[in-house]
This record gives sequence, structure tokens and C-alpha cells, in this order.
Amino acid sequence: MQRGEIFMTKQAFRSFASALVLGTSVFATGALAKSDITIAMQLEPPHLDPTSAAAQAIDSVVYTNIFEGLTRFMGDGSVVPGLAESWEISDDGTIYTFKLREGVAFHDGTAMDAEDVKFSLDRAMAEDSVNAQKALFAGIESVEVVDPLTVKVTLSEPNGNFLFNMAWGDAVIVAPESIETIQTNPVGTGAFTFGDWVQGDSIVLNRNPNYWGEQPALETATFKFISDPTAAFAAMMAEDVDAFDNFPAPENLPQFEADPRFQVIVGSTEGETILSTNNKQPPFDDIRVRQALAHAIDRQAIIDGAMFGYGTPIGTHFAPHNPAYVDLTGTSNYDPKKAAELLTEAGYADGFETTLHLPPPAYARRGGEIIAAQLAEVGIKAEIINVEWAQWLESVFKGKDFGLTVISHTEPMDIGIYARPDYYFQYDSLDAQTLMQTLNATTDPDERKKLLEEMQRLIASDFVNGYLFQLAKLGVAKTGVQGLWANAPTAAIDLTQISWAE
Amino acid sequence: MLRYTLKRLISLLISLMVASVVIFMVIEVAPGDPASFMLGVNAQEDTLVALRAELGLDVPKVQRYFNWVSGMLVGDFGTSYTYRTPVSQMIADRLWVSLPLALYALALSTLIAFPAGIYAAARRGKPGDLTVMGATQLGIAVPNFWFAMMLVLIFAINLRWFNAGGFAGWENGLWTGLHSLTLPAIALALPQAAILARVMRSSLLDILGEDFMRTARAKGVSRRQALWRHGVRNALIPVLTIIGLQFSFLLAGSIIIEKVFYLPGLGRLVFQAISARDLIVVESVVMLLVFAVITVNFLVDLAYAAVDPRLRSRT
Repeated sequence: MQRGEIFMTKQAFRSFASALVLGTSVFATGALAKSDITIAMQLEPPHLDPTSAAAQAIDSVVYTNIFEGLTRFMGDGSVVPGLAESWEISDDGTIYTFKLREGVAFHDGTAMDAEDVKFSLDRAMAEDSVNAQKALFAGIESVEVVDPLTVKVTLSEPNGNFLFNMAWGDAVIVAPESIETIQTNPVGTGAFTFGDWVQGDSIVLNRNPNYWGEQPALETATFKFISDPTAAFAAMMAEDVDAFDNFPAPENLPQFEADPRFQVIVGSTEGETILSTNNKQPPFDDIRVRQALAHAIDRQAIIDGAMFGYGTPIGTHFAPHNPAYVDLTGTSNYDPKKAAELLTEAGYADGFETTLHLPPPAYARRGGEIIAAQLAEVGIKAEIINVEWAQWLESVFKGKDFGLTVISHTEPMDIGIYARPDYYFQYDSLDAQTLMQTLNATTDPDERKKLLEEMQRLIASDFVNGYLFQLAKLGVAKTGVQGLWANAPTAAIDLTQISWAE
Repeated sequence: MLRYTLKRLISLLISLMVASVVIFMVIEVAPGDPASFMLGVNAQEDTLVALRAELGLDVPKVQRYFNWVSGMLVGDFGTSYTYRTPVSQMIADRLWVSLPLALYALALSTLIAFPAGIYAAARRGKPGDLTVMGATQLGIAVPNFWFAMMLVLIFAINLRWFNAGGFAGWENGLWTGLHSLTLPAIALALPQAAILARVMRSSLLDILGEDFMRTARAKGVSRRQALWRHGVRNALIPVLTIIGLQFSFLLAGSIIIEKVFYLPGLGRLVFQAISARDLIVVESVVMLLVFAVITVNFLVDLAYAAVDPRLRSRT
């Protein structure tokens, strides 16, 4: 543990003293050159190691900017080569031989080679690993260095998702030389290097002149953290920031749309927003009750009321922009009469009481109020309990002590959670489990698509959860900012694509 | 004076000890696990165990309490669970925003309140008094975050004289730093100034009715001289008390203002740390604020003694 004086760090004192001496401002006005950008986001990353925390804010800052993986996501959700230039897959689908790019160096000058890949993957799989997505690496049996630019990864069984898994921020390549201080001074291979972090305020990244790929248009980028929706609005209107990654107040968007100074970029996230239901807690263990729940919900009213119209209705746990998506909203259409009938049939003619746990985001708090009102229409009395994230994780997710909760599942391609009977909504279906097993072992794209469609239908007709809408990504930027991701296939603000119009 | 000081000092130390126990217990009892907050919904049980061990959360609570207290005695507040930087350094960085902001707001509030309060007292019952009192009523009734939003709307969005928020940093010059703290300081100062002006006025009115004021006038001192030389000086004790309380409030209670202006201050640090269950940060900052409040009260007690010699003997 480091020891520091309480009232004054030397650095702070020096800057304060020099401020007193100078007494004048030496403001850098790089804005004129238009090679810098200030992007605001709501949450500040806790630290900057994407391989040891779940916080999306970390990926927003570092993914593809500072750190790169063997493969990477593009803005449209496709997975393309990253640090691995190409790969070969053995016929039985268990051996991946990656050919790495030549001449790639970490920001500290050390070369990126096969040893670093082995180190990164071994570290993520290790017994004392603190990787938040350790399951991504579960199928890896061994990682071998063939030569400095060739790595052989052996899987215990074929995994059709492996290249997709390696594109996650949790699977980026890190170096053993800089791993000790990765959380406060991240050293990667990306097009930007870590500059400065004023905690609670901003993070600055600078262009990496030695980047292996194409040089980005931006020279510096500043991420600013503004959590309050009102403050976010003011910061945009006063033009203190150039863009807001995911604007927290949808009600303000029409104002930006009407203002020629700004552009509004509406896209989709990977977040399936659902009315999660405790499948083991009576009366939700009765499928008729869950079906009643599904028919009692008016999705469009929730989207309009809570999200001011932004969001795509979904009828299953799958992203509508994915080619394998099946529109099943008809299976659980809004039909309060049918809901009441189903409840009577299940023996709850007078309804019942349950709890509705709502975490902090607006989609949950605002959406939850509307859902509670809609459920009341068919006789279900849902007691609203507002919780913080930490509390939600403890009581709902871990403790499984809840009836209903509203939550957006933001991990990409996470339909596999329906094959985990111990997952918090406790859906225990042998069909779903075997289906997922088959899917994981399948590498043929057409076959996979069919299985995914089957899985979507299965959970929709089992009415596991109330499926509400796909969470929208609401970007706001000054006119002239180009290359921002409209969608969010993963949490990322890909600076390499961003530039200013002339 | 020495005995008085000693007595106050001992009660200060006891308060701090009790506070540390209460703070630790209350915060550790609250539900929520820092490790599961960090690792999110896909974390595996073995990963959670590994992270808890890395953060030192597997150590028994009693031992953690003693580690925390003994560390604080030598200025080591531990390491943040989320930021992974020393808590003392984080607090120091944030204090360079919060402390100047509190002082700035306090200075503004005093600058507004003293003249307003004295003016109102001197013109008791006249239109000037009524105007000042009406304005202070308004100042107390309106919450400071509303002031803050109005200030942003007028001076940042419409006039563009200030940034809507954020802190420019002292390294860019004193003026730049103060400039970015001006709107928040005004928003914080206005309600405080309203309270202070009312206290100043009523305290001064009490004094003006005292016998010694009549005596002063009788010996030929002008009204104005009597007011300033005898009145204001004697009216200061209650005003000092309020200023002391206000300073503690401004330091600890600016969470909302820091949120509205997205300033990297102590209040926002606590807010973030609470939602992330960064227990050690919450405990340490709260402890520091308690320390600040108790110390300010201690200093105010000493200031009383300095202003009013009678208190020194009455130990």
C-alpha cells in the first residue's frame, strides 16, 4: 500500500502554487485544429483494465483505442481480424492456429508476439483470474507458442462462438511487462496511448505515432464523465463537449434534433430489456401465470412512456438487428382480457401480490412504474422496490429474492443464460439446455442460425420472462463529427473511425 | 484558556473514536458486495473469491477495522476497491476542488450577508429592511440546485460566459480555476447568505437594545459609530457559530451541486463510491468529513473564547 499525505499531494501543491504565481490562464485552444474531440459519457470507469472488471465504461474508453484482441468487433457487429491477421481451424473444429500481424508493438516499445497472446489467455483462464467473463475462455484446453508470430489454441470441444468470444474486451492482448500497473496506466497495442486521468473528471488519450495500422484522424481525445441527465443536457447545449456517447435523457432529443448545431444518432445496443421473472417462485412457476404476465404488458406504451419512443419491441431474448432474429412479439401480444382469463384458469381470479425490483437506470425506474400500472389492470399487485446496483446484485441476482425485476441484458449473444438453471431467473428446461449444447458444438453458420431460431421460439413459448424492447443507443454529437458508432455491438467508442468534416 | 482548550481537545478525540466505530459498522452492514459489483452478472464464483482475496475482503471485519484505524493514524487510508489508487491521494485530489469551492462560497456568502444584515438591522421596519428580509426568505426557500440550473441556463447556455460544468484545474492558472468554480460557488452561497443575513440582522437587533448601547450613545458616540464599534462586534458570536456550521455543510453537503456541475469533488467521490460499494473510500471520506466538522466546531469554540473573554474563565 502506498502512503500519501492527506491534505496535499506534492503535485497538487505544485499546481496550486504555480496557479497562484501565474494568476493567468494558459488555456490550450486546440479546438480550432479539429483534430481533438471531447466525448462525454455517463459513467466513469473504475479502472482501465478491461480484463478484470465488468464495467462497460472501461471498454468504452479502451476497446480498440488502447487495447486490441485477436479479433475485433466492427460497428455493425461483425467480427474481423484484429491482432491476428488470419487463422486456420482444424477439421474437427478444436484447433485454432492464429497468424499474428508482424511489427506490432505495445505502447512501451516492447514487441507484441505469440508469448503475449499465450500470457493473456493463460492469465484469463488461471485459477486466480479475476476476469469478469471467465466463461469465454472455459473451453480452451491449451495455448501453445509455435513461433513468435503463430499461436495454436486447442479447445476441449468445438465452439462455434470462439472467434466471437475472442473479440470481447475481456479477451484483449496485454503484456506481462506492464500488467502490474494496467489498471491505472494501461499499455496496449492500439492506435491511442493513455495520456492522463483526472479521476472524477476526465481521461485523455493521445494518438500512437507507432501504430501498426492506419493512423487515425484524431490527435487527442478526451472522455468526460457527466452522470446527471440535466448536466448532460447543459454540457451539450453550452458546447462544452462535442459528443455524448449514450445520452441519458431521451426526452431532450427532439430539442437537439431541431437544433442545426447538433445531430442525433439513434441506434441499437445489445441490451434486451426484459421483465425478468423468478421462474421458481410461486405463482410464476405456473406457465399460465407467466403467459398472463406477457399478455398484460403493452410494450409500445412502455417504450413511449419510459423511452420517449426509442426502442424496438422484442418478443424473445434476441437482438432484432441480428440476422437470426425471429419476430415473436405476436406470441405475447397485449391482450389484458386473455391475461385475466389465464389468471382465473390458474386459480388467481383475484390476482396476487408480488415484488418488482427496479435498478437505477431510467428504463427500469420509468418502465417499472408503467408495468406496475399495467399489471394492476389485470389484478396483479406489484410492489415497487427501488434498488441500487449493488443491492440488485446482492438480493435479486445472487439472492434470487424477487418476484419481478426490470433489467437490460447488455451482453452480446447471451441467449445461453437460458441454459443455466441456476441463473437468477431460474429457468430450468432440459430442452433449452440440450439445444444450447448442440449450438455450441455447431460451427456451420446455417445450422447455427436454425438452432438460434429454435431457441428463441422455445423461450418465447415458455414465457420465461416478459420481453419488452431492445434498448436504443442515443448518441448526440455536434454537426461535423463523423464516424461515431450508431449501434453498440459491444461497449466501445471507436476513436480510430472518428473525424471532423471539413 | 489552556484548560478550556484541553477539555475541548479531549472531547474532540472521544467524538472521533466513537465516529470511527459507528461509520465502520453502518457502512459494512449495508448490503452489497464490492467484488460482485466489479465483476457483474457473468462472474463465476471462483473469480469472485479471487477478487475478494485480492482486495483484502477475506480478512475478518474486526481486523479490517483495526487495520483501517491504525492506517489512518499515519495518514494511510488504504487502497480504493474500484480505482485501485491510494484513498489518501484520491481525497487529496478531490479536496483541491471541494475545499476552494467551500471557501469561495463561504466568502461570497459572508460578503453578501454582512452588509445586507447590518443594513437591514440599521433600518429596522423601513422599506430597505423589508426588501432585504423578503429576499432572504426567497433565498432560504429556493433549493440551491434550482439556483444552479438557472445559473447554467442563463450564464452557460445563453450568455456563454461560463462552462456548464467541469473543473478546469489549477494547473491552468488561478483565474481559470476560480472561473470554473464561480457558478457552483454562487449557487452554494445564495441560500447560505440568506440564512446568515437573517442571523446577522436579528443578532444585531438584540445587541442594539442592550443597555451598553444606550450608554455608548449617551456618552456622545454617533449612531453609526455605536453600531459599528459596539454593535457589530458583539453581534458576531451567533454569526460565527452559523459560519462554522455553514462551512462544514458546504464541504460535506455540496454533493448535489457537484453533480449538477459535474465537478470532481469530494461529494461526487462519496456518491460514486457508495453506488460502487467502494466501502473503504466511503468510510475514509465520511471519517474525514466528521473530522473536519469536529475540528471546525473546536475552532469555533476557541474563536468564541477569543471574541468573548468571559468564556475563557468559565471553563
